[in-house]
Amino acid sequence: MLVPLPLPPRKTLTPPRLLLAADPHPKSEPPPHLLGSPLRAPPCRTCSRSSATSSSSLSAVVRKVEGSHAVARQTAELLRSVVSQHRMGSSANQAAALADAVRAVGEQLIAANPIELAVGNIVRRVLHIIKEEDISATAVGIEGLSVTVDSDDEYDSEHDDRPSLSAAVLAAHARNALRAPSLQTLLEDIPVSPAISRTASSTGDSDGKSKSGDKSSTRKLKHDVIAAIGDLIDEIDSCYEPISEQAVELIHQNEVILTLGRSRTVKEFLYAAKEKKRSFRVFVAEGAPRYQGHVLAKELVEKGVQTTVITDSAVFAMISRVNMVIVGAHAVMANGGVIAPVGMNMVALAAQRHAVPFVVVAGSHKLCPLYPHNPEVLLNELKSPSDLLDFGDFSDCMHFSTQDGSPLLNVVNPTFDYVPPKLVSLFITDTGGHSPSYMYRLIAEYYSADDLVVRRKSTA
Amino acid sequence: MSKKSRSRGGGGAGAAAGDDHEDLARPPPLQAVLLADSFTLKFRPITLERPKVLLPLVHMPMIEYTLTWLESAGVDEAFVFCCAHSHQVKEYLEKSGWAEKAGAGSMAVTAVESHDAISAGDALRVIYERGVIHGDFILISGDTISNMSLKDALQEHMDRKKKDPLAVMTMIIKHSKPSILTHQTRLGNDEIVMAIDPETKELLYYEDRADNSHLYVTIDKDILTNNPSLQLHNDMEDCYIDICSPEVLSLFTDNFDYQHLRRHFVKGLLVDDIMGYKIYTHELRSGYAARIDNFRSYDTVSKDVIQRWTYPMVPDVISSGDCSESRLHRQGIYKASDVTLSHSAQIGANSVVGSGTRIGDHCKVLNSVIGEGCKIGKNVLINGSYIWDNVIIEDGCKVSNSLVCGGVHLKAGAIVEPGCVLSFNVEVGKNVGVPAHSKVSLLPQPSNEDSDEELEYADTNSGVTESPPFSSMRSNGDQATVPSEDESGTFEIGTCGVVGYIWTSGDTGILEEWRQSIAPIPKEKLEELQHAVSEDDGSEDESNNPTQPDKDDSSDIAVEDDDPFSKFEKEVEETFQRALGGGVNRDNLILEINGLRLAYSLQHADCAGAVFYSVMKSALVAAQSTNDTLLKTTAEALGKWKDLLRNYTKTVDEEMEILLKFEEMCQETTKEFSPLFSKILPFLYDTEVVSEDAIMRWAEEKEHADESDKVFVKQSEAFIQWLKEAEEEDDEEEE
Repeated sequence: MLVPLPLPPRKTLTPPRLLLAADPHPKSEPPPHLLGSPLRAPPCRTCSRSSATSSSSLSAVVRKVEGSHAVARQTAELLRSVVSQHRMGSSANQAAALADAVRAVGEQLIAANPIELAVGNIVRRVLHIIKEEDISATAVGIEGLSVTVDSDDEYDSEHDDRPSLSAAVLAAHARNALRAPSLQTLLEDIPVSPAISRTASSTGDSDGKSKSGDKSSTRKLKHDVIAAIGDLIDEIDSCYEPISEQAVELIHQNEVILTLGRSRTVKEFLYAAKEKKRSFRVFVAEGAPRYQGHVLAKELVEKGVQTTVITDSAVFAMISRVNMVIVGAHAVMANGGVIAPVGMNMVALAAQRHAVPFVVVAGSHKLCPLYPHNPEVLLNELKSPSDLLDFGDFSDCMHFSTQDGSPLLNVVNPTFDYVPPKLVSLFITDTGGHSPSYMYRLIAEYYSADDLVVRRKSTA
Repeated sequence: MSKKSRSRGGGGAGAAAGDDHEDLARPPPLQAVLLADSFTLKFRPITLERPKVLLPLVHMPMIEYTLTWLESAGVDEAFVFCCAHSHQVKEYLEKSGWAEKAGAGSMAVTAVESHDAISAGDALRVIYERGVIHGDFILISGDTISNMSLKDALQEHMDRKKKDPLAVMTMIIKHSKPSILTHQTRLGNDEIVMAIDPETKELLYYEDRADNSHLYVTIDKDILTNNPSLQLHNDMEDCYIDICSPEVLSLFTDNFDYQHLRRHFVKGLLVDDIMGYKIYTHELRSGYAARIDNFRSYDTVSKDVIQRWTYPMVPDVISSGDCSESRLHRQGIYKASDVTLSHSAQIGANSVVGSGTRIGDHCKVLNSVIGEGCKIGKNVLINGSYIWDNVIIEDGCKVSNSLVCGGVHLKAGAIVEPGCVLSFNVEVGKNVGVPAHSKVSLLPQPSNEDSDEELEYADTNSGVTESPPFSSMRSNGDQATVPSEDESGTFEIGTCGVVGYIWTSGDTGILEEWRQSIAPIPKEKLEELQHAVSEDDGSEDESNNPTQPDKDDSSDIAVEDDDPFSKFEKEVEETFQRALGGGVNRDNLILEINGLRLAYSLQHADCAGAVFYSVMKSALVAAQSTNDTLLKTTAEALGKWKDLLRNYTKTVDEEMEILLKFEEMCQETTKEFSPLFSKILPFLYDTEVVSEDAIMRWAEEKEHADESDKVFVKQSEAFIQWLKEAEEEDDEEEE
C-alpha cells in the first residue's frame, strides 16, 4: 500500500498486451485447480534445513503447500520476489543475470519437491518470460513506442517526460510503456508482499529521479519481468474461467458424466454446465484412500446436480452407462500422458474399453515440458500407510522382534497414477480443447526449449 | 527472506492445514520442553561418546525429528534441556540452524543447560527455576518421533482445563497391541496396564512394570468403587508426549523426590492423590508417535520410518533439496543419487543407502540402513543392521541385526553376530567373530556401574574428550570367542582381535538381553514363550474384571495342552513363585501343590521333580550370571526349601526322580547348572533331599546308558566314589 495508484479494471489491461508483436503467444487466462494432491491431508511438514538458509525455508514452503494450483501460485509469487530483490548489476547482459538468479532459486525449489511438477513449470515459465522481455526490448525498440496505447499510468507519463538520450533508453521506454498494464497488476499485489512493495517503491523512486539511462533500462527489464510474472499469477488465479466456459459445448442434455476423486477444475467445469441450465447426472468414484470424491459429491449436490457416489472398484460396472469421463490432472506431460490421482489409469482403461470419451481438464500451469520416464516410480509419491490401515489394529502384524526381523506387512500408498496418452481423448486447457498429440506444441508456446533442464545452465 | 516466504506460505490458500494450530497458539505462545537426555543407560556404550538424541535414525538425528514435529505442530518456543554432552547438543542446534531462528512462523529454540540433573525430575526443576514456562507446555523427550496433529489434543486439554483446573496433564497414548508371546510392545517396552475412565478419559491407574509372570494386576478398590465404569487396557502404548499445565513444574519442585516422569510423577499423582490433581489421556487416532527407548525400539521405529508411517518424515522427503537426495525405488528401497553400487550387488526391500556409499560386487543388503560415505567390499552380507556414516566393511564380512556406529572398521571376513553394538571407531580384525549381543566400545566400561536406572548415562563430559587408551584390550565374562585380547598394549590389530573394550552386559543381565536388542528374538526363545501363551490368553481376556491374586486362577484353565506334565510343571512353578513372594505360607504351598497334582492326576514323583525344578529356577533367577553366585544362591534356596522337598521325597523313586530331573535340567532347560552338577549333588545329599541309595541307584542305572548321558555321572564320580566308600565303612562298622 505504499504506492496508492488508481487501479484500472483488469480487463482493460489485457488488450494492449496482446498487441505486442514480439509476444509470440497470447497469454490468455490460465487455469489452475488443485487436484492431484490431497487437500485435507496434513500438510507436508518438512524440513530440509541442511542447505543454505533462505533456500531451505523456500523449499519448506513448497513442501508445506499441497495442490498444484496453490503450489504454482506461490512459486510464481516467490520468483517475483526473487526478481524484485535481485540487484541489477551494470553488466551488459542483464537478462542473463536475472535468469541465473531465478534459475538458482528454481533449482532448489524443484529439488525440494521433485514430485510437484508445477514448481518446475512455473520456474520455466518465468525463465521464458525473462527471455521474452529481453527479446522484446531489443526487437520492438522504438517502434514499440508507437504501439503504446494507454498513458493513464503515472509511470508512463514520467517516462515520457524524461529526456531520452540513447536508443537503449528509448527501447526501455518502449518496453515500459508496453508493459504498463502489467505494472498495474504488480502494484495490485503490493499489500501481499512487503518485499515487492519495497522494491517497487524504490524502483519507483529511482525511476522518478532517473539518474542514468543505463540504470533505468535495467530497471525497465526488471519491472517488465515483475509485471509479466504478475500476469502469470493472475492467469493461474483465474484459470478456471476459460476452462469452464467450454463446459456447455462438451456436456449435453441428459448426459451421464463420470469423474474420480475431487478436482477443483472439474468442479468448476460441472458448475458452469449446471449454471447454463444443462441437466446431467454425475457419477463420482470416491477416490480411495483419500475419498475426496465424497467432498465433491457434497459440493455438487449443493448446486443441485444429480450425483451418484460409487466405489472406485465399481467404475467398470458403471462405465457402460456413462457418456463421458471428465477428470482433473496433477500434471500433463509433454507426450500427452497424464499424472493423476491414483486409480485414474483404471478409469481410463474402463473408458477406452467401452469407447467412452476420456476428457482431462487442466490449467496451463500443469503443462509440463518433460517427457515421463518411469513415471510410476519417479513421478510418484508414497504417502503414509495410515491412510489405508489403522496403525493400532495392525500393530500386532508389525512385531519385528518375533518376525525374524523383516517386515511381513508392507503397505504401498501411491499418490499418483500415470495415464498414457493413448487413453486420453481430449485435453481441455484454458486455450481450448487439444488432443494428446498436440500437447508438445502447446508446450512449445509456453516454454523455451533451452529451459527444459533448469539445472543444466546453472551448473555449467 | 526466509521470514517472508514463511509467512506468505501461511497465507496461501492451500496451506490452511498447516496454520490451524496458530489460532490456538496465539494467546499465549505455545511452549515445549524437550529433554535432550533420556536419563537411562540403555544406549550405552554409544551414549558415552555421543548423546542419544544426536544418534542418527535413518540418516537424521533423532532430535531433528522431534524439533521438526514440534515446529509443525505449532509450537512457538522450545526449550531444549541438555545435560549429558550438552556442548554437543548445543553445537548441533547451532549448526543445524535451529538456534538462530526467531520470528513469526518459526519456532524459537533455546538450550537450557544443567550438569547436575540426573533425572527428568531434576530437569523439570531446573526449568522451573529458570521461570521460562508461562503457560501450558508440551513435554517431550528428544528421542520421540511423531507426525501427529496436536490440534485436537491441545484443544481437549484447554477445554478440560477451563472446566476443571485440576486437570494438569494430558498424556498421549496410542493403540498398539503388545505381543502375546513376550508381553512387550513393539518397541520392546513392557506392556503397560492402564485404567481409563471411558467417559472422561481420566487416567486412573498406570503400571508400566507389570510383572508378566503374574497374570494379574492389583487395583485399589477405591478406584473400583469411585468410578462407575473403567476400561482396563494393556493394548495402549505410551507415546511420552504430554501436554502439561505449569502446575506440573511446581509439583515436581514441591515433591523433590520425583525423578521419573511415569514411575514417580504419574503414579505419585494417581496413588497419593496430591491436591486432587488429575491426569487425562488422549488417544492418538491418526498419526504416528513413538519413543525410542532401547535398541529394539530403535530397530522398530527405523522400520516404521522406512515404511513411511512417519510421513512426511521419511528419507526421500527429508533429503529432498540436498544435493544428494535419496529417492524411493520400488519395494521401499531408498538410494541416494550418488551411491556407487556394483551391478552384482543386491539391495533387498526396505533398505536405505546413504550418499557417497560404495557397495562392492556380490554384496547383499537386506532390511538395513547404511549411512553416508561407507565403503563396503565384496561378498558382504548385511542383514537387518544399522550401519552409520563412514564405516568401512572389507570383503566377505557378515553383519546381521547389529548396530554399527560411525567410523567402525570391519576387516575382511569379520562376522558380527545378531544383537551386537559396535560403538564409534571400533575395529574388528580379520576373520574375527563378534559374538551375539556383544557391546564393544573404545571406552572402557565404567567399573562402578550402578544399576540405578535413573543415573545419567554419561558420568561427566570429561570421559568423552580424552581419548581412551585403547591399546589394551579387555574381555570380560564369557566373551571367549574373541581371540587374542592383547593385554600387552600393542597397537597391532591387523591380524586379529578387536580394538576396543568388550562390555559385559550391564544391569539388564544376559537373560534379558534378547528382549531389547536389535536382533529378532531367537527361535528357541519364542518356542519357550509359546508354552506360556495359552495361559496368558485366558487371563488377558478377563482383564476387564481384575482379580485379586487368588489361588485358583490356575484351575479354570482349559487343559488343551497335549503335555499335561509341562503344564503342571508351569503351574507348580508359578505357585512356588507366589510363595517366594511371600504370598502363601509353606503349609498352604504344599496343599496347593497337592491340589494341582490331583487336578492333573499325576504321581507323587512328578511333584518332586516339578518342585525341585521350581526351587532351582528361583536360585537361577536370583543368581544372575556368574557361577560362584549361582552356587551360593542354589545352596541358599535348597537350604530354605529342603523341608518342602523332603515332603515329596519319601521314597527312593521320588529321590531318583529329582536326580533325573536335575540331570535333564542341566542338559536342556537350564544349562547354567551343568558345570555345577557335581558341586550341587553333595549339597542335595547333605540336606537329605536325596539319600545315598538314590544316588547309587542313579549311578547304576546310568552305567548302561549312552555315553552322552553319562556326562554327569562322570562329573560326580568322585562324590559317588566317596559315597561308596562311606557305605562300606558303615557296613564294616555294623559288622
